[in-house]
Amino acid sequence: MNTQRITRWAFALAVGTALGSLAAGPAAAQAPLKVGFVYVSPIGDAGWTFQHDQGRKEMEKALAGKVETKYVENVPEGPDAERVIREFAANGYKLVFTTSFGYMNPTIKVAQQFPNIVFMHATGYKTAKNVGIYNARFYEGRYLCGVMAGKMTKGNVAGYVAAFPIPEVLQGINAFTLGMRSVNPKAEVRVIWTNSWYDPGREREAANTLISQGADVLTHHTDSTAVVQAAEEKGKYAFGYHSDMSKYGPKAELSATTHQWGAFYTKVTQEVLAGTWKGTNVWGGIKDGMIKLAPINAAVPKDVVELVASKEKDIGAGKLHPFTGPLKDNAGKERLAAGQTMGDDKLAVMDFYVEGVQGTLPKQ
Amino acid sequence: MIDTLVPIFAATIAAGTPLVFAALGELVTEKAGVLNLGVEGMMLIGAIAGFATAVTTGNLWLGTVAGMAAGAAMSAIFAVLTLNLMANQVASGLALTLFGLGLSAFVGKPFEGVSLLREGAPSLPLLGDLPVLGPILFRQHYLVYVSWAVFAAVSWFLFRSRAGLVLRSVGESPDSAHAIGYPVIRIRWLATLFGGALAGVGGAFLAVFYAPMWVEGMVAGRGWIALALVVFATWRPARVMVGAYLFGGVTIAQFFAQGGGIAIPAPFLSALPYLATIIVLVVISRNVATIRLNSPVSLGRSYRPD
Repeated sequence: MNTQRITRWAFALAVGTALGSLAAGPAAAQAPLKVGFVYVSPIGDAGWTFQHDQGRKEMEKALAGKVETKYVENVPEGPDAERVIREFAANGYKLVFTTSFGYMNPTIKVAQQFPNIVFMHATGYKTAKNVGIYNARFYEGRYLCGVMAGKMTKGNVAGYVAAFPIPEVLQGINAFTLGMRSVNPKAEVRVIWTNSWYDPGREREAANTLISQGADVLTHHTDSTAVVQAAEEKGKYAFGYHSDMSKYGPKAELSATTHQWGAFYTKVTQEVLAGTWKGTNVWGGIKDGMIKLAPINAAVPKDVVELVASKEKDIGAGKLHPFTGPLKDNAGKERLAAGQTMGDDKLAVMDFYVEGVQGTLPKQ
Repeated sequence: MIDTLVPIFAATIAAGTPLVFAALGELVTEKAGVLNLGVEGMMLIGAIAGFATAVTTGNLWLGTVAGMAAGAAMSAIFAVLTLNLMANQVASGLALTLFGLGLSAFVGKPFEGVSLLREGAPSLPLLGDLPVLGPILFRQHYLVYVSWAVFAAVSWFLFRSRAGLVLRSVGESPDSAHAIGYPVIRIRWLATLFGGALAGVGGAFLAVFYAPMWVEGMVAGRGWIALALVVFATWRPARVMVGAYLFGGVTIAQFFAQGGGIAIPAPFLSALPYLATIIVLVVISRNVATIRLNSPVSLGRSYRPD
């Protein structure tokens, strides 16, 4: 009897406290804004998630005292993601960044149940009143790396280790190829698919295979540093992706397409703090500072560095679009008439190789 | 033609080496009559122990030794359960694999995404400069040469030495071996530890030299392939080598097919090494008599000395 009464009393107390804290929520305006981040892989020391975490740290520093951030790493895309996102929402987080494509449906689902919380989903396409999406024009950096590759290759063959044949990856392969051939019309690009975002063993084997098939410049669209390391060991050139990977290939890495989320995260958080946030669909590039080239290796001659710098400026100013017609796919079909540039709608569903990429695209 | 094949063969040997280690170890264990299905788990523990040690100390060899020790420690757990406590070998082995999967993922958390800096494979003096054979055989990591030495040693030990004969007799008929006065349990313990140590080295090779990185579950079924290799190779070391390199070869060939622009559905390519290895080995071992002749009679059965 006695214990039951105590349990009941404790329960009532707990409920009371919970209600009290709910009521206190809006009143305590001074309390820092809680911001949550959901990461798809471990942070590690380079790669997709590492860059998001750098962005989180920059934002926290820029808004010191006004925000409190927390992240959960290595969250699989699926039911686990929904649980993690809901936990953030239920624990007083007012802004949640979900940083992988596969978090799209879980984010939308949780957002419907928590209309007062702002969700920002990276690389997806579904929005809602309280769900904004953001992505970066990675292909702009790829184009510039391609220009460098075209100037630095001796055998006119570049190797590309890629994860899955989805539009985002194809934009990268095609932009790299177009950049390379803009300065070296004889150049060709060979692609090997690993069918995994993160499998260092396969990535390394794929890189070694491309090297033995004549590629002397490599790049990759996977998450590890294996390709840059393989190039370093074999004395070839490589371009990093996501992060500056020069630590793993001080001689090999000529430059890298890096993602910069810090300024963007700061801006969104400020908007939420000020209550001015509106549903956003941001696809930023070099112009917005979301894509930057890593410092260029000293092995690249000065005239090439200058050429890349001027093209970077043109892309930033909107004078140069990597996908400008005439553009043919590698089966010879015209995809873009002379003078036209490819619209975002077409970019988002890209499903072909441009002229200069070897082989046929695997069917998904 | 030679120019394309040389890199394929060279990469094949590296890709097959983890299997060579694990399968040769399991072969010795099974010859003593112990069926340890925990190879996958032991390889994973060897991989993370080796990688963690190599990253923290910066010494790759220390990493390899740590992987070996960790694999042996895992097999010691198995030995206590099955040899001393008479637990069922199949169930204990499966449990060991599950334990290894979980433990390696847990211990490996802080090492995910960390890259290990290492030198490229060295070229042996003189031998490395031979045409064709040089780049295929003699520009590998030192651990590859160790695997060949282990192959020679295991073949000699099992079929040419007295100690090997004793070990095989323990696997065939522990009762007779015991009656003559051989310490059956101790011999089985040593064989199990040897198997665990080699599985650990196989895992360490994968994480420290081959990738070199740690990813959860990175052994990716190689432990099971090693187990299958032993059976389909009818407990013969030379056939184990053939099977291991065949698996490695098909793994590598799929990349060359892709890079060369041959369009084959990707999931099929990923399954190909497993399929090809199993099919070839089934064909080799389709003669039931050879299996019966070579398989240790008391394999998987507990033995209690009276």
